[in-house]
Formats: sequence, structure tokens, C-alpha cells
Amino acid sequence: MSGLIILCLIVGITFNGLGAIALYRFPDVYTRLHGATKATTFGSIFTSLGVIIYGFSKWISTGEARFCVLAIHAILALIALLLTNPTGAHAIARAAHRSGVMPKRAVVDKLAEKEGKW
Amino acid sequence: MGSYIAVTILSYLLYLVLTIGSGDIGLWSLGELVIGIPVAFVAGLAGGKVFGEYIPATLLNPYRWVLFLYYLFVPFFIAMAKANIDVAIRVFTGNINPGIVKIKTGLRKDMALTFLANSITLTPGTLSVDVDENENELYVHWIDVKNLEPEPQEICGDFPQWARRIIE
Repeated sequence: MSGLIILCLIVGITFNGLGAIALYRFPDVYTRLHGATKATTFGSIFTSLGVIIYGFSKWISTGEARFCVLAIHAILALIALLLTNPTGAHAIARAAHRSGVMPKRAVVDKLAEKEGKW
Repeated sequence: MGSYIAVTILSYLLYLVLTIGSGDIGLWSLGELVIGIPVAFVAGLAGGKVFGEYIPATLLNPYRWVLFLYYLFVPFFIAMAKANIDVAIRVFTGNINPGIVKIKTGLRKDMALTFLANSITLTPGTLSVDVDENENELYVHWIDVKNLEPEPQEICGDFPQWARRIIE
């Protein structure tokens, strides 16, 4: 069981780290949002999954309710993350586009075409 | 009236989940079970109107919840994992070809569009930037533009069909 938890943590940390690297590697706000918000969500799913597996396995083996509480709170945190993350990314992207930040190296921009900025 | 009651009940259930493990009656203490009722009532009063407007009644059907959970764990998770690996490779190679494209979704309800936009945004490589509410079109920032006028299939696979099945 601890092997599974460690695997989850490794996958999670790898993707979280990639999100940080993406901030340096990508050229503009939109592409950085891809790396920085989404890779970290995927990473956080796995780190939370590690906590959930730990909580439930401890709960089953020891029978103490506090481990069940830990797992359930991790699940709630995960749900909150999955709901707020795309909303936040969407809000940042839309705000950036409205304030005139155009995507760099873009081959097409239908939204700017619609607003007559392209 | 129905939506107020639904929100009150949902708030109480969420309160119970949050306070799980606090005592001996089942998994809760008597104090938490009692104090949850007025708290849920206030939350129901405050949130009932908003929920009634934006959340369609079709969501009360439990079959749709089963479908939603299946969607979340199987097709969506697979798409998300694939896209994450794809973007992870792009982080190292720097091989990007970005642009904002427009897709016709064919979804009518706001909730279904929100669902689709969130699914698209959570999948790396695609990021919904804006919505055209009159035409039900989404403007999507795509990290690797293969086609200037793409079909929804190319960007988000079967997500619109799932949104229709689960919400509309």
C-alpha cells in the first residue's frame, strides 16, 4: 500500500514540477496557463489521491475515525480544486484578452477577428 | 420553493460530510447534528434562488449522476492524462503552434456549456477563453492548431456528446 502512495506522490510532484517549468518555457499568458494551471491540477489530483489512499488504508487497519476524516476532507479539497481551477483559468484568459493581451506566435485568433482587433 | 428545499437538504448533507467523525451517534456528535439544521436553512434561503435559475431540474435524475461519475473517471480522466503527457512533452521541446479557434457546440443550456467549457479547460492544451451565448460557440485557445476551422471532435473528442447526455 505504501508503494502505491509513493507512486501517486511521485507522479503528482513530477507534474507539479512540470507546471513550474512551463512558466519559464512558454512565451505568453495563455500558453503559460496551460502549463501552470492544468499540469498542477493533474499533479494535485495525484498528491491528494495519495492522501486519500493513506487515510482510508489507515482507517481500515486501525479503525480510528480521524483517518477517515482526513480522507474525506482530501476528497472535498479535490472537488473544490476541480471546480475552481478551470473557472479561474477561464477568468484570467478572458480578462487578459479583454485588456488587449494578444496570444504570441498565434496562427489564428478568431476572438480578436470577431472583435475586429486582428 | 422546491429549489430552496433542495439547497437546504444539500447544504445539510455537505455539513454532515464536513463534520464526519466528530462523535458517537453514527459518526457525528449530537451538537453537530443539531446546529447543522439552522445553518443549512440559512444557506438554503441564501442560495435557493441562484440554484433554481442556473441548475436545471434534469440534474435531479440519479441516472445522470451515475453517468457523470462514469464520465469523470473513465473518458474524461483518460483524455486528461493523455493531454497532460502531450503538454509535458511540449514543455521540454517548446514545440507549440498556438491560436484561438472557434467551435460550434450545439448545446443550448448554460449549465451544459459551463460543463463543456470546464472540461475543455481542465484538459491541458485547450483553454476556453470566451463564449458566444447567442450562437452557443466557444472560443478556445489551442496550443497546437492543426486546423483553422476545427470540428469540436478535434479539440475535445466526445465531450459535447457527454455534456448533452448528462445535462440536457
